[in-house]
Amino acid sequence: MLKRIFPHPLLSRSLLLVWLMLVNKVTPGNVLLGGVLGILVPILTSPYWPGRPGLKRPFLTIPYIFIVLWDIVVASIQVARIVLFKPRNQIHSQWIVVPLDLTSPEAITVLAGTITMTPGTVSALLAADGGSLLVHCLHSDDPDDVRDEIKTRYEARLKEIFG
Amino acid sequence: MLVEVLISFFLVVSGIFGLIGSLGLLKLTDTMQRLHAPTKATTLGVGGVLIASMLFMLLVKDHLSFHELMITLFLFLTAPISTLFIAQTHILMNLKRGDLPDTGREHSWSIYDDPPDQAPVGEENAKG
Repeated sequence: MLKRIFPHPLLSRSLLLVWLMLVNKVTPGNVLLGGVLGILVPILTSPYWPGRPGLKRPFLTIPYIFIVLWDIVVASIQVARIVLFKPRNQIHSQWIVVPLDLTSPEAITVLAGTITMTPGTVSALLAADGGSLLVHCLHSDDPDDVRDEIKTRYEARLKEIFG
Repeated sequence: MLVEVLISFFLVVSGIFGLIGSLGLLKLTDTMQRLHAPTKATTLGVGGVLIASMLFMLLVKDHLSFHELMITLFLFLTAPISTLFIAQTHILMNLKRGDLPDTGREHSWSIYDDPPDQAPVGEENAKG
């Protein structure tokens, strides 16, 4: 019964929080409206999201967010230098195949999103069985190094978070 | 005074990165290379403006605004998805199977091969 009202408790909570941040004012009416949205939206969308993934160690998401933000700043500067100072014919773009240890679709989605948001790498395709990810790298002389960094820096942490 | 310097600093940084992102679109030639420019422009370029706006609201107008955090959240949700759409369309229209590296597994990439039954299927598969 409780599961039918709250198919995704985490989504319900996030929707309420997002609603309150959007209206930027905490009043009983807003909390009520956010609560209604938080109940209705997960019920209406649950046919498209049948699984019930839980975060195994949710508190590890906070250091993960800060690591990604820091990497975005560092990598942005690197990419800016490539765009500004490297001649066109010296930019070695390449495809990198990242074999995945993650199995949950949610974790893979977060990993692909992280790879795209950090400048210099864009995730492009997933293998049909979900076992490896195709990443396009703007400039790298050592593709193995980029692959290892993605695996140790992001994938290992996501594995701990999603369990 | 210090507050104004700080806010201007973030505005200038975001402007510079926005400009470099557009320059990247102009300079890079390949579609896949060009995809890298907008992801950079959104993350640091928009991020700088948002930090400046938050500081302005907090320190000058004296009230805390969460709208900037929401913009960041929505950008981080939508930017990878649109990038993925463009990348997959480009691969499907312009590249041949041989142009891509092998998956190193039994199955090929999701746009060429059907997913096996009962296997972990990522969100990307549904879109491919």
